[in-house]
Amino acid sequence: MLESFIVPLLAATVQSGTPILYATLGEILTEKGGILNLGVEGMMSMAAFVAFAVAYTTGNPWLAFICGGLAGTVMAMLHGFVCITCLGNQVVSGLALTILGVGLCNFLGTPFIGLAAPGFSKFAVPVLSSIPYLGKIFFRQDALVYFCYFIPFIFMIFMNRTRLGIAITAVGEKPGAAAAAGLKAVKLRWMALLGGGFLIGLGGAYLSLAYTHLWANGLAGGRGWIAVALVIFAFWRPGRAVFGAYLFGGVMAFQLRLQAIGTHIPSSLLLMLPYALTILVLIFSAVRGRGGNAPSHLGINIEPEG
Amino acid sequence: MRKLMIMVIVAAMSVMMATACFAGAKKDKIKVGFVYVSPVADAGYSYAQDQGRIAIDKLPYVESSFVESVAEGTDSERVVLNFARKGYDIIFGTSFGYMDPMVKISKKFPNVAFMHCSGFKTTPNMSNYFGRMYQARYLTGMVAGMMTKDNVIGYVAAFPIPEVIRGINAFALGAQAVNPKATVRVVWTKTWYNPALEKDAAISLLDMGADVIAQHQDSPGPQEAAQERGKYSIGYNSDMSKLAPKSHLTSAIWNWAPLFTNVVEQVRDGVWQGNESLWWGMDQGVVDISPFSSMVPKEVQDKVLAAKKEIKAGNNAIFVGPIKDQAGKVVVPAGQTMEDGKLLGMSWFVEGVVGNTE
Repeated sequence: MLESFIVPLLAATVQSGTPILYATLGEILTEKGGILNLGVEGMMSMAAFVAFAVAYTTGNPWLAFICGGLAGTVMAMLHGFVCITCLGNQVVSGLALTILGVGLCNFLGTPFIGLAAPGFSKFAVPVLSSIPYLGKIFFRQDALVYFCYFIPFIFMIFMNRTRLGIAITAVGEKPGAAAAAGLKAVKLRWMALLGGGFLIGLGGAYLSLAYTHLWANGLAGGRGWIAVALVIFAFWRPGRAVFGAYLFGGVMAFQLRLQAIGTHIPSSLLLMLPYALTILVLIFSAVRGRGGNAPSHLGINIEPEG
Repeated sequence: MRKLMIMVIVAAMSVMMATACFAGAKKDKIKVGFVYVSPVADAGYSYAQDQGRIAIDKLPYVESSFVESVAEGTDSERVVLNFARKGYDIIFGTSFGYMDPMVKISKKFPNVAFMHCSGFKTTPNMSNYFGRMYQARYLTGMVAGMMTKDNVIGYVAAFPIPEVIRGINAFALGAQAVNPKATVRVVWTKTWYNPALEKDAAISLLDMGADVIAQHQDSPGPQEAAQERGKYSIGYNSDMSKLAPKSHLTSAIWNWAPLFTNVVEQVRDGVWQGNESLWWGMDQGVVDISPFSSMVPKEVQDKVLAAKKEIKAGNNAIFVGPIKDQAGKVVVPAGQTMEDGKLLGMSWFVEGVVGNTE
């Protein structure tokens, strides 16, 4: 049971959780700076497409991965132009970004359907992969999963221990006070937004470079929305984001395996599980009252003085 | 004055167009429009239909065009209507959900021949067509049954509808015909084209001990999973060997050219009729299996080709009793053959299939 069911399940969990984790961390960074970005789904879709197109044309997966991140940044720039420069409504702009991203990548991606591009394959990390159980779960993955193990730590140190991280948090909480203390509030918001966009883009790139090596319409498959919900579940903390992302990855992997065992539960119910869990998570967060953990100026634009 | 002239010309043209169609007379030029649900480049279902289109396009009297990625429902109504208005003689709608829009439009354009794939409604100028894919599934099931070492075959399936269930059952019967111990495990994805999810589903089956993966979707996701794990895979729609050369054994494939050619010939000769249901099989060449990979041993190939001959000759209807359901209850008594009506509405799994149809 342990060897044949739980270990492969957890290994699949780590893989399904990885793109969600990249995106959740990106959205936390964005929101810490005070910008609500509901365009994650569209950004991931666009990034997945750009990464695939670059991998296909250049044959270089690492370059493609970076380009995926940059695609996320460019999408974030659009959001920033509307919300930071033009002071538009953040919710509306984010939703528009999702519609744009999903539609545009379907349009641009049509010639790439059915083609295979080089990407990242799984390989075992020497020594670590021979640890019983844990080796099989964590150290027989692809390079982007290993890379993702470091990001939450870097993220934590960045947010809590560096000047820049603390300044971004201050701008998300009290932009007026931060500006009075001499911080450039608007510039810091831009930095959080673009940095977050890059991470979200990496999550999208993961889908077309490692998850599968094919391009398809609708590759993001709702993962962007799950990431947005997970930010609330994680109370804007990277540590809990790791837990949340793997929990979702686990549920996604679990429902397919329940079917493969030959259970009598209707498959429609099983396929609903991740989304039902999203709703539960939001209810849970609301009941616990930790929505108060949100940056207090989240979603509120910085009006120019005078 | 000029206005009046234009109106007269337009009216005259319309009358000519109307009379030109379907006067029972032979035609010199036939315009054929195709509507596809997915992009033709997907190497899947629409690609297979488009190969048929390309085949008839080579006929000197045929002129064809297509619109791809047309969503079922109102979008398809617009596209079909557009073809009809432009004076196309035949319109092929290749997806189930185009049925009702096509029924509606066929009533407004009695001189256009409507051909709908996989549905069940017809009108005096609309027929439906499909292929007996289960015959090819049976043969690929035989290949899987002989190639499996652990007697567990994984089947990644789209939606629990009769078409897919029938295919799984035929596949399982084929596998059991050569390997009574073979079981077929089914995972539903509820998608027709989602490489990431379909690959995940195949991985979950491989983790459960499956060593051959078959699929009923349009994406090569399951093929990719089998190749990565060093197991075998069986494709669908068209020859998928290029997508997973190290795992691909054979594919159950569509070949629409003979059926499409027949339809355009009938329309050309003015003998085409609506209200018909064409369900062509291997004997007419609409379904087949793709060439075997070199991993399939000679004796397996011979056995499968012998069975193919029997099916083509009409000696093996596949769903011939005794057939038991999952609970072990005899559903088709010995010696009886399931009728087409029952096959078209199949909603239960045969014995040896693990999974449920909900």
